[in-house]
Amino acid sequence: MTQTIVIAEMSNNTVHASTAELVSAAIALGGEPTLVVPCTEAAQADGAANMGAANILAAKSAAFSHYDASGWAAALDAVAPQGTVITGASPQSKDLAARLAARRGVSVIQDAIAIQGNNITSPVYSGKAMQTVSATGPVVVSVRSNVFAAAQGGASEASVVDTDGNVATSVQEFMARASERLDVAEANIIISGGRGMGSPDNFSHLEAIADTIGAAVGASRAAVDTWEAIPHSMQVGQTGKTVNPNLYIAVGISGAIQHLAGMRSSKYIVAINKDADAPIFQHADYGIVATWEEALPVLHESLKGMMG
Amino acid sequence: MPNIIVLVKQVPDTNAKIVVTGDRVDLSSVKMVMSPYDEFAVETALQHREAAGGEVTAVTVGGAGAEKILKDAKAIGVDHIVRIDADDEMDSNALQTLIAKAVGELGGEVVYCGKSAADTGAGSTGPGVAERMGWASVSNIIGAGFDGGLSVTMPSGGGNAKVSVPLPAVISCDKGGFKVRKPNVKGIMQAKRASVEVHSIEAPASTVSIVSHALPPAKPAGKSYEGGAAAAEVAKLLRDEANIL
Ligand SMILES: Cc1cc2nc3c(=O)[nH]c(=O)nc-3n(C[C@H](O)[C@H](O)[C@H](O)COP(=O)(O)OP(=O)(O)OC[C@H]3O[C@@H](n4cnc5c(N)ncnc54)[C@H](O)[C@@H]3O)c2cc1C
Ligand SMILES: Nc1ncnc2c1ncn2[C@@H]1O[C@H](COP(=O)(O)O)[C@@H](O)[C@H]1O
Repeated sequence: MTQTIVIAEMSNNTVHASTAELVSAAIALGGEPTLVVPCTEAAQADGAANMGAANILAAKSAAFSHYDASGWAAALDAVAPQGTVITGASPQSKDLAARLAARRGVSVIQDAIAIQGNNITSPVYSGKAMQTVSATGPVVVSVRSNVFAAAQGGASEASVVDTDGNVATSVQEFMARASERLDVAEANIIISGGRGMGSPDNFSHLEAIADTIGAAVGASRAAVDTWEAIPHSMQVGQTGKTVNPNLYIAVGISGAIQHLAGMRSSKYIVAINKDADAPIFQHADYGIVATWEEALPVLHESLKGMMG
Repeated sequence: MPNIIVLVKQVPDTNAKIVVTGDRVDLSSVKMVMSPYDEFAVETALQHREAAGGEVTAVTVGGAGAEKILKDAKAIGVDHIVRIDADDEMDSNALQTLIAKAVGELGGEVVYCGKSAADTGAGSTGPGVAERMGWASVSNIIGAGFDGGLSVTMPSGGGNAKVSVPLPAVISCDKGGFKVRKPNVKGIMQAKRASVEVHSIEAPASTVSIVSHALPPAKPAGKSYEGGAAAAEVAKLLRDEANIL
């Protein structure tokens, strides 16, 4: 059986749960999955147990202490078997996928949302179309989260291999985010505000709900451009972040095509807007025609009740 | 005085409606523009030149129709414009190999590109070209400084990191804090007269081929409510129907 290699998705030196989804994607491609965990200490690979892989390889290297594209690609290339490689589709993992593919002289297919036999489908034109490709020979494929069910079982013990890669860049300074809020790119639930919020201070209503349900707070470009206090890191859309959460709540956002480009693949979309004709309603699973002043307090109270 | 290269790609205007005819996207009646992130790449390249001297060459890979965006880059202030003649269905291996050869031929020492092209959404080209050249790369930068070598700002685990980058390197640009400049009349006149250098470079055969395009599956019509009180009902549905909370 051919091998398929899964590069574990890491977060704060632990194996992120979405890695088990990547193993499912590898199984869908028809290979026997080997899970490679980039780590600085072998114990960081413990979380890879029972994620459905046939083998687990803890790839141990000082190169993995901070992300450097060339160092990571070299260190992983040295230990990962040949074959098709699967990574996550976070910005860092897509970067790594491209670098690793180039290192092996093969092509990379980004943001897979479906795999059927040899056919791999990804969104193109900002999600306005789906493209299905097929490859002859090995490729590197990044796979979006929340698409495949998590795989289970399989190997529980990792074998440890030492590896190395030359790190090219060096971090001079790290600037922590002002708030401890979850980043929209990492969140499973996002509540976003647009120009309809009226002022940046009113985002506190979104933050309060976010705290109740463990969501990240996002924004439209109009909000980011209009108000200094709303940073670009919160922007969702074509020139902001592309997100794929289970739930996206759009408040006071009209639903311009460039905003939709960043969030239309969300599993469930809730829209709150006072204008019944706002385009966002065409994409909403649940649309509420109301001002946020009316709707948010009710929403918050109900959610508080449910979250106990 | 660095020899600076900026990669620009022609893509459908992001406001354009995408039509699928048969099983392929049909772009015949779509307005084409420079991919939005490439504008930030051009801006960063120009700032690099202003700080360190040297010259900026804008490079695109595509057919003759792609020359308009090279003229746009010229109008904003790049020094040279180059098109690598190619038809568009290339896989990432073929495209990156081609671009790496072009950068080599042009003697580039630093390459700027967009974080992802508006058509592919991939973000593969920058890191892929860098690896093929054996260069450093940093992707998705939101700021750049040129004092005492190149340093860039990029998002990193819960914050931003300022990273120094040894040249040669490939840098892919996000929007971040960059304000792009607009062409002035003089620039537009110069761009009109400027000639595009056309190169032809051999690319390896593609092994990834497009099977089909399709429109995204239409979403079933959602439920809609009037008035803020309905938010209570929606919260219940999120729990009981969508199983989210
Ligand atoms: C190249 C390019 C790239 C772009 N990239 C992005 C991007 O990445 N992300 C992005 O978001 N946009 C992007 N845009 C901008 C986009 O076209 C829209 O201008 C923007 O999304 C509008 O933001 P908005 O919906 O917040 O504002 P508006 O369009 O002004 O909508 C505000 C909405 O709030 C509603 N409203 C007002 N008051 C209330 C109230 N009290 N309660 C409830 N609802 C209320 C209104 O009915 C309206 O629908 C881009 C544009 C271009 C040209
Ligand atoms: N055909 C091309 N010609 C010139 N530059 C390109 C081309 N394709 C991609 N690029 C550059 O690489 C970036 C990322 O593209 P992609 O990897 O397709 O997302 C783009 O924003 C451009 O800067």
